[in-house]
Amino acid sequence: MSSMQTSIEAVRKSLVVECDPERAFEVFTREVGTWWPKHTHSIGDEQIVEIVFEERIGGRIFERLDNGIEGEWGRVLVWEPPARFSMSWYPGHDPSEATELEVRFSPEGDGTRVDLEHRGWEIFAARGSEIRDNYDTGWGEVLGYYTEVFG
Amino acid sequence: MAYAVALEALGDGTRRAIMEQLRRGPRPVGEIAAALPVSRPAVSQHLRVLKEAGLVTQRKEGTRRIYGVEQKAVADLRAYFDSFWEQALAGYKAAAERKGRRE
Repeated sequence: MSSMQTSIEAVRKSLVVECDPERAFEVFTREVGTWWPKHTHSIGDEQIVEIVFEERIGGRIFERLDNGIEGEWGRVLVWEPPARFSMSWYPGHDPSEATELEVRFSPEGDGTRVDLEHRGWEIFAARGSEIRDNYDTGWGEVLGYYTEVFG
Repeated sequence: MAYAVALEALGDGTRRAIMEQLRRGPRPVGEIAAALPVSRPAVSQHLRVLKEAGLVTQRKEGTRRIYGVEQKAVADLRAYFDSFWEQALAGYKAAAERKGRRE
């Protein structure tokens, strides 16, 4: 039953911001702590002190709590400032349950067009037992990918 | 919010291991327990938590109960992020333009 092979549409958002791509990129990454709704959307909620974005491939994105504990959100997969970056996304989850976030920045008029794509929801979906073998291969590839990039 | 309950349910390593098994296909408690270093009653207890969090479904096949992943949970999670990004990006736009003007 190939219909069991679920494909779930990515979450896509686009907007234009009135600043250049360099600035748009920087605010999204290095300065994420200035706009992220961190007291409602984080692992530590009220305990959160800062969000750290390590600006390189394999770099961590994590929140630091007032007791020193760090909660990891994901890792940088693609780092091409100021055009785009992508990261694995697993706040509060095991890294094996990561989805992927990609954000692209391109000049538009005097501003910058920002295209966000949050994809890979299939990782949470069930597979039928009839395609279990395929799935096991797929899962191995995902874990292999992590080992390769971060191991 | 359902998402928070689901995240909390998945905060436990054994429950994540159970979910990982179920993602490979529906199966009965015995089979799940056989692959884990915990007792069958403990697995049943974890399955109850996952079911209450809306992450797992249960159906009867003869005398056995077969557990599987609740597909709707994935759609809910996706919908949650769809509205979350909408909201977060509004804050981002304001921050980017505020700083942009300063230059």
